Amino acid sequence: MQSTLSLQPNLWRIYFLEAKTETMRLLRTPGFYIPTFLFPMMFYSFFGIMFSMSAAMPTYLMVTYGVFGIIGPALFSFGVGIAVERGQGWFDIKEVSPMPASAYIFARVALTFIFSLVIVLSLFIIGSIFADVVLWQSQWLLIAVILVIGSIPFCAIGMTLGLYLKSNSAPATVNLIYLPMGFLSGLWLPITMLPDFLQSFANVLPPYHLAQLALKVIDMDIGANIWLHIIVLVADSLAFMLLASKAYNKKDKQ
Amino acid sequence: MQQKKQIKIASIKQASKVFDKKYALKDITLNIYQGEVLAILGPNGAGKTTLINLMLGRLSLSSGDINILGYQPGDIALKRLSGAMLQVAKLPDMSTIKEHIELFQSYYVTPMPYQQVIALAGLTEIENSLSKNLSGGQKQRLLFALSICGNPKLLFLDEPSVGMDINARKSLWQAITALKQQGTSVILTTHYLEEADQLSDRIIMINQGCIIEQGSPSVIKSRVNSKLIRFFSTDKISHFSALSTVKHIEKSGKYYEIQSNYPENTLKELFAMNTDIADISITGADLEEAFILINEDAELDKSA
Repeated sequence: MQSTLSLQPNLWRIYFLEAKTETMRLLRTPGFYIPTFLFPMMFYSFFGIMFSMSAAMPTYLMVTYGVFGIIGPALFSFGVGIAVERGQGWFDIKEVSPMPASAYIFARVALTFIFSLVIVLSLFIIGSIFADVVLWQSQWLLIAVILVIGSIPFCAIGMTLGLYLKSNSAPATVNLIYLPMGFLSGLWLPITMLPDFLQSFANVLPPYHLAQLALKVIDMDIGANIWLHIIVLVADSLAFMLLASKAYNKKDKQ
Repeated sequence: MQQKKQIKIASIKQASKVFDKKYALKDITLNIYQGEVLAILGPNGAGKTTLINLMLGRLSLSSGDINILGYQPGDIALKRLSGAMLQVAKLPDMSTIKEHIELFQSYYVTPMPYQQVIALAGLTEIENSLSKNLSGGQKQRLLFALSICGNPKLLFLDEPSVGMDINARKSLWQAITALKQQGTSVILTTHYLEEADQLSDRIIMINQGCIIEQGSPSVIKSRVNSKLIRFFSTDKISHFSALSTVKHIEKSGKYYEIQSNYPENTLKELFAMNTDIADISITGADLEEAFILINEDAELDKSA
């Protein structure tokens, strides 16, 4: 039998095409991307600008709605996207094809990054124009970087949800996780406005830690150690990646 | 039948799969050769899909061994040498046929040229259609295109012609024949006996997890040549058990029904017997009936 071990397709080309295909699909689905863009901007304009209760609130909430904004595409693109493709049987086709699993993940992470960046920039524009948010250039940049990279743990959570949930219940379940988790992490209203027991509960929620990390850039966090937030976010990412890969590599799924 | 040198590309040895302490597949031994079309037939739940899924590495073996092109099922290197068309309810809506195919081509080292894929799958005029606008038959053709676009040595086709009209089905058959002539081995499951008859070099019939019949379509069809002899008689069933050429005998009401591959001999024997027979009729079984019959026989053997 001839040796075929050494023959490999061009991995970068697969990554590129996979990401391009996902992006084209998204651009042709305004029913998904318009609400995903509009929700954080709408909420921010509402709570952060129109009903702002203090001078610091527009700045604070610009950051936390940024966190809220980047979680959406990560959870939905992975969580609902994978669950639906599994339900349709399309995921099976991908699974038996020689597509490297890494390409599938790369494409969706790349898309989430682009999506997140656009959401964060839109919030920055609204904040600076309509609410006179003023920050140093380095602060704008650092917050944007933290928020975009910070979508990784939520990609991992989404991936796990997408591999375990059934397609018909996935959208509702993801919303049930997304919205309360956002509120309880202090993304809608400053965490200090929540009752004490909810403030301590927030410590187990990854969005809380991402928000605190980003708020640290502008000295608006509650003052916990920076490493606590980083470690929680990294640990969550790893734990959910592990869970997802367990689900993905499990044979005999019926 | 033409004699050619057969190169074995896959071997399945005593493969079994147990679900919930029950055998879904039991001691399947099977070789697959280069350039052959192997049809797997059987009723729903017989174990066809289990067998395919074991070969694709989507299920793990309970016991036995499967080796395909020198690899274990599920190995990425093996995936690069194979293609699979599974039953899919829906494809991602918002990609065009061309985008789908170009993406899948990129997974392979030496993909089939795009124009050839399009031509074989019969998608020439709809390359730029989004998959949400495709009919059931067009969707099947796209899935077929995706399964062949890597120039596979081994091609799995699970119910490929579901939802296709007769013309589309005919052109699918031509495409499969063309691939076979290039040396591609094809494993096909189908509900259409005509499809198996037209395409396959070999048919295996599976029921209750076992191979109950295998051979070329003409061998299988010889089973089909069995005739149904029906007559009225007051004699006991044991009286007819002396008949040597009977495959199956059954009493329904006051009538007896005999299945025989050699109806002339059976009739001779029957008339030679000292018995009262009236109202005799003989009917031929068609492919469909024979298929059911072979499966029923297998079930009877099991329960006996």
